[in-house]
Amino acid sequence: MLRSKLKPTLAYLVLIVPSTLIILGFLWLLITSFSTRIEGLRSLGWTLHNWRFLWESPFGPQYPSIWLVTLNTLVMSLIMTLIVVVVSSLTGYALSRMKFPGRKGFLSLTLILHAFPSVTLLIPIYFVLLWIAKIPLIGRDVPLLGGFGYNTLGGVALVMVAFQLPFGIWIMKGFFDNISWDMERSALIDGASRFKVWWQIIMPNIKPGIAALSIFSFLTAWNAYLIPLTFTAGRAGKSAVLSLYLQNFISESVMTEWNAVAAVGLFQLVPVVLFFLFTQEALLNIYGGGKKGGV
Amino acid sequence: MRGQLAPYVFLSPTLVLVTLFFFIPLIMVFILSFTSLDMTNFGILEWWRPVNWNLDNYVKIFTNRFFSRILGNTIMYVALTLALFNVGMALVIALITTHIKRRTGFAFRVLWFLPRITPVVVYTMMWRALAGPAPMGVLNKYFLGPLGIGGGEYLLNTHPWVFIFLVNGFIGASFGMILFSSAIEAIPKDYTTASKVDGATTWQTIRYVELPMIKWPLLFVTTYQTLSLLTSFEQIMLLTDGGPGLYQTEVWALTAYHRALTSYFGNTQWGYGAAWSVVLVIIGIVMAVIYLRVFKFGELVEEPKIDQL
Repeated sequence: MLRSKLKPTLAYLVLIVPSTLIILGFLWLLITSFSTRIEGLRSLGWTLHNWRFLWESPFGPQYPSIWLVTLNTLVMSLIMTLIVVVVSSLTGYALSRMKFPGRKGFLSLTLILHAFPSVTLLIPIYFVLLWIAKIPLIGRDVPLLGGFGYNTLGGVALVMVAFQLPFGIWIMKGFFDNISWDMERSALIDGASRFKVWWQIIMPNIKPGIAALSIFSFLTAWNAYLIPLTFTAGRAGKSAVLSLYLQNFISESVMTEWNAVAAVGLFQLVPVVLFFLFTQEALLNIYGGGKKGGV
Repeated sequence: MRGQLAPYVFLSPTLVLVTLFFFIPLIMVFILSFTSLDMTNFGILEWWRPVNWNLDNYVKIFTNRFFSRILGNTIMYVALTLALFNVGMALVIALITTHIKRRTGFAFRVLWFLPRITPVVVYTMMWRALAGPAPMGVLNKYFLGPLGIGGGEYLLNTHPWVFIFLVNGFIGASFGMILFSSAIEAIPKDYTTASKVDGATTWQTIRYVELPMIKWPLLFVTTYQTLSLLTSFEQIMLLTDGGPGLYQTEVWALTAYHRALTSYFGNTQWGYGAAWSVVLVIIGIVMAVIYLRVFKFGELVEEPKIDQL
């Protein structure tokens, strides 16, 4: 009797004890952002000063306001998500549904790509982006995006797309694997092209997969730190994103205002937590089905 | 003819992106690793000419005094974080949250997703506050102090590795958690009901019905996260930056970053850093190939039936 009770209790403890650490940490973050100083979880003085970035520019008027930076982050995340979903579903479809030489090798290759350390590819990628910037039309001076070269929102998004692709392709392939062949087969016999079949028949059937991959990509892009830091010209630039804005408080002020960092961090976190709360059901569908063909 | 070209049309966007951001950079890194290019001779050294290529950087790596420590750190970091958190904890969360009340399970999953979506700078700052010395540090003030454990030191200095596992593991766990819980939810209810009717306990249902059915996500997460951990270093950089002792928590990817991109006595050694990363890429590829073989991913890649119509 005792034994049968012990196991579930132990399991709950394994979940609850580490969870407490997360709760304590975020509680500290919240209290810190409204405090002048803090000892443990006890505030030594409440203030709104840390949140002043919402209504004034803490670094002077020549720098973009938090709202412009937020818009930039949103644009970059949406672009990145859109490209990841389109490219992953095209490739996932081919890998799941088409016969061609090198298919198995290509699938293994996409997984192996994930083994390439992003950090070490940063220097050469910098040269690639400079080169893209020279291409007329798409390189620079595109409205909203800036373009796809160095120091543009599009360029940063494109680099992140590349690093997200291995995950996207494997997930999308799993979803395509779980769709029955019959609809597609009859459409092909009726003479539809592969592209038309993909767009009009298959894509509407993997909406859960598209939703799951979109959410995951969006969250990744929203928080990206190293890639925007490397490939944009910092906070003064037109293409500053939230994680760089945060960095300003740390590297350039005389003394780092850690309480303000906490506030900006929470500002960046709150919208995606809400987003996650509303989309959690869809994210749970990221695994296409119980069959071995999934993931 | 049109049918034979079609697959490559579908693959072309991926091929373009992979060429631009993986292959070209990789070739450049590979060439750089044979040169002594750094900040002092940039623009002077013609690194693209084979005359200037040699194996000096690789000799330097393998004769480095701290080589074995960095390698040991990397193996320990990847193996333990993976086993304890990225797979272990992820599985525990997924199994528990799918067996308790839906709303409670949902709340736990949201909680465990927070570390992943918190800006990494703020997230590591939060852990430094938890680990802080008495009386500021949360753990010292509320747990270790009252229990009389330790002398209220800064825990990051006394136990840096514990915090590296925790900080990385708490982010890593949510990836597996999402994939595992969705796979468990996708198991048809008939199977679990059948085992309950046969008198199986919850534990037996998990062990003999659910675990075998989520075999593929388990293998995928293990493989994918091994590679993620091998190349990850942001959190360690922000938390200890390889310290507090000499190379005490330095892992391979962090070394590559330090050599290539941080100023080392006013000098960033691009060539030397590139050599470190080339070795890391090779380790990663070997690991990936071993996983693909051992886990028989080949079975996953069945031939498509559609082309036979």
